[in-house]
Amino acid sequence: MSAKDNFLKVKHLYNRAGFGVSYTDLQKLSKKRLDKVVDNLLKDSQKDDPINLVNDFESKRQLLVQAGLYAKKDLTDDEKKMRQQIIREQNEVSRDLNIAFITKMINTDAPLREKMTLFWHGHFACRSNNPFFAQQLNNIQRKNALGSFKTLLVEVSKSPAMLQYLNNQQNRKGKPNENFARELMELFTLGRGNYSEQDIKESARAFTGWMYDKDGSFIFRENLHDTGTKTFFGKIGNFEGENIIDIILEKPETAQFIAWKVYKFFVNDSPNEAHVKELATHFYNSKYDIASMMKKMFTSDWFYSPENVGTKIKSPAEFLVGLSREFYVTYNKPQVLIQLQSSLGQYLFNPPNVAGWPGGQSWIDSSSLMLRMRIPSLVLNDGEIDFSGKADPEDEAVIALSRTATTKANANMKPKSYVNASVDWPKFLNTLPKGLTPLALTEFLLQPKLNDKITTMVSDNKGLRSTAVEITSMPEYQLC
Amino acid sequence: MNRRTFLRNTGFVAAGSLFVPAFMKPLEAMALDELSLYKNLVVIQLSGGNDGLNTVVPFGNDIYYQKRKSIAIKPDEVIKLNDMQGLNPNMAALQEIYDQGWMTIINEVGYPNPDRSHFRSMDIWQTGSDSNQFLSTGWIGRYLDSNCQTCKFPYTAIEVDDSLSLAMKGETKKGIALKDPAALFRNTNDPFFKAMLQNDKEHLDEDNLGYLYKTMIETSSSASYIQNTSKIYQSKSTYPNSGFANQLKTVSKFISSGLKTRVYYVSLSGFDTHVNQVGQQGNLLKQYSEGMAAFLKDLKTNNKLDDTLVITFSEFGRRVEQNASNGTDHGTANNMFIFGGKLKKQGIFNAAPNLSDLDTGDLKYQLDFRQVYGTILDKWLDVNNADILNKKFNTLDFI
Repeated sequence: MSAKDNFLKVKHLYNRAGFGVSYTDLQKLSKKRLDKVVDNLLKDSQKDDPINLVNDFESKRQLLVQAGLYAKKDLTDDEKKMRQQIIREQNEVSRDLNIAFITKMINTDAPLREKMTLFWHGHFACRSNNPFFAQQLNNIQRKNALGSFKTLLVEVSKSPAMLQYLNNQQNRKGKPNENFARELMELFTLGRGNYSEQDIKESARAFTGWMYDKDGSFIFRENLHDTGTKTFFGKIGNFEGENIIDIILEKPETAQFIAWKVYKFFVNDSPNEAHVKELATHFYNSKYDIASMMKKMFTSDWFYSPENVGTKIKSPAEFLVGLSREFYVTYNKPQVLIQLQSSLGQYLFNPPNVAGWPGGQSWIDSSSLMLRMRIPSLVLNDGEIDFSGKADPEDEAVIALSRTATTKANANMKPKSYVNASVDWPKFLNTLPKGLTPLALTEFLLQPKLNDKITTMVSDNKGLRSTAVEITSMPEYQLC
Repeated sequence: MNRRTFLRNTGFVAAGSLFVPAFMKPLEAMALDELSLYKNLVVIQLSGGNDGLNTVVPFGNDIYYQKRKSIAIKPDEVIKLNDMQGLNPNMAALQEIYDQGWMTIINEVGYPNPDRSHFRSMDIWQTGSDSNQFLSTGWIGRYLDSNCQTCKFPYTAIEVDDSLSLAMKGETKKGIALKDPAALFRNTNDPFFKAMLQNDKEHLDEDNLGYLYKTMIETSSSASYIQNTSKIYQSKSTYPNSGFANQLKTVSKFISSGLKTRVYYVSLSGFDTHVNQVGQQGNLLKQYSEGMAAFLKDLKTNNKLDDTLVITFSEFGRRVEQNASNGTDHGTANNMFIFGGKLKKQGIFNAAPNLSDLDTGDLKYQLDFRQVYGTILDKWLDVNNADILNKKFNTLDFI
């Protein structure tokens, strides 16, 4: 294999398994054998470094106050204010948590772990108004990102965020709520068509009593648990939640479904059945060891075949993180990252529904593509923003009020805002070898093969900095 | 000027030359009957869950006053439509519209097993799914996918906004989002953007890169078509000074200048009124009604009202009983409004909400929202609703 070949393969690996790679690192890594580079990637991602933004103590206090107020029928004005205040604080901390996650992806030195966390973030899609719950779930997904899928599944299933989102708080003996049981099988493990309505009904009974307490910790409430006999996939027993999860994992369809989703996320929107099967079998035989499946995938020849290189549409998170990482961008007003996510259609921690973001070509429509092509110049050249994403319903009331006020005062004045980001150009330029041509820089920054048009466009020797802004504004930069 | 302007100041400085693809004939060249084919649908989304019971007030029902001690609209303030229901006083602008026979109110529209989350319920309304089903395409998007006689162009569906709603996204085709046609036109005529589109033949494959280029080409040709068709048009009507009214003014401009667009989508947000609802909802209903009245009269003046159907929905209504904060919490079934010059059934379409037969404090739905969509798809957009909604829904006779 030629050195150039290895260079391109390692670059592809780091684009898919992480959020890109600096030129310096790429040069170093390319000197190693590919399987060693994969080992290295896994080794770098061994460390689990959770997000500790949300104050545990303060969140528990808020939960208790909220529970108290919820139980009361008539609230005094002060109590109403207190409740409003808590909601306001939670919304603010939720935004901070979003920024913490995306910033972590930008700065991480464990790229595969963060990429996998992003994958599980979409797989176990969940919304929670409570930032403490949301952080907990995010950390569960990060901690187990490359570990045992079973542990991950059990911990997610017991997280207050998911228990609340899928109504398991309301799932009790005699009055089962099937929401969690249904999504567990349809979206988290087996996939549609691999279970019956009866399996949902019976397993819902097994999860009765799985709840969280006032402190926001998991609790198994035996008095609300249905201890009767359940029939699940032909097995009869006095099953509890963990038993149901074990039976689901015994079915190879679960390995197949997860492998299929992993393949779609890391390899290609249109999965190759034979490759998915290979991956699924390996995953199943490894007893659902996620790292082992990832290694198998990254060391397979097909992972590097032309149809899988430079052909996937970056998700908005991959696009924003990749760009920011590449150019060492610091956001002086990080809230702009939320505005960008929202306008591009992937507001982290706010998936459209429990099925997560559909991905692929659904990321792209005329407005999102135009915006994607402008963002590099907005970020790298500090341009002015003249768009506003759609408001989140929780923020809408506030926005509507302020809008009425500004509309009256100043009907035609658009509020001006800037991305206000600092780009460390010297640092970026220092990662590049001396004498690198604009064309070579283009080959480095773009994943698809270059064509004549691009070659001509970048050959007029305008300097690396301008070339970089131009390349990242191209449609080809949307692919990885 | 060179393409670097784009990159320096996010430029989008207008380029001199206009780019008009050959297939776009000027308006005058189009046969009249071809033009008259163009019936328009305008969808207006009230985001946040509008409280339908304080919008169309059941002032003839005592239960309403018992359940809403501090936020009920007093009988003498209601704009009475019949003995039972009337409009919120902030909707005075719509009285004339109603009296003209241009408005139909459909009570208690919803769906089985309603979801009270904004996001999920909006998702259900936009995709037209069942409440336990997850679709990644919207109902208008699937109408575009159906490739019917009148929905072939990328500008068949336009959302007057910065970003495109799921409702407008199909599997293979998507609507286009734009707030300002001139700005989009400038952007697509930026030298950098145009340079990217030169010699693009090699990209027109079915793969993802081909898809990106196809989207750029369609955006560019749509932007030119929309701008060139609509730029000469000057509205003589005055609109109130609000963002919402401005969006409607843009829609009216597009319709009146003869754009071959069939579906327009506009949103007004802020209806999540848990606290001190009366003032906040009142402001929004006023904006909505004044904007709508100006819009409909403008269409009438331009002889377009008969060819236009406007519908208004919100992701859910509110609970019947108010909460302790002079607001209302998330509920279920809600009213929908239909506007147009040729409504078959004008005024109040069906029975007022039944406040004595509730489902744990929430209204039961009389009609599935997909019956309303189905009616529009069958009778207005001329497609078989089962092809779009994945099963057949019985149609209603409001059009």
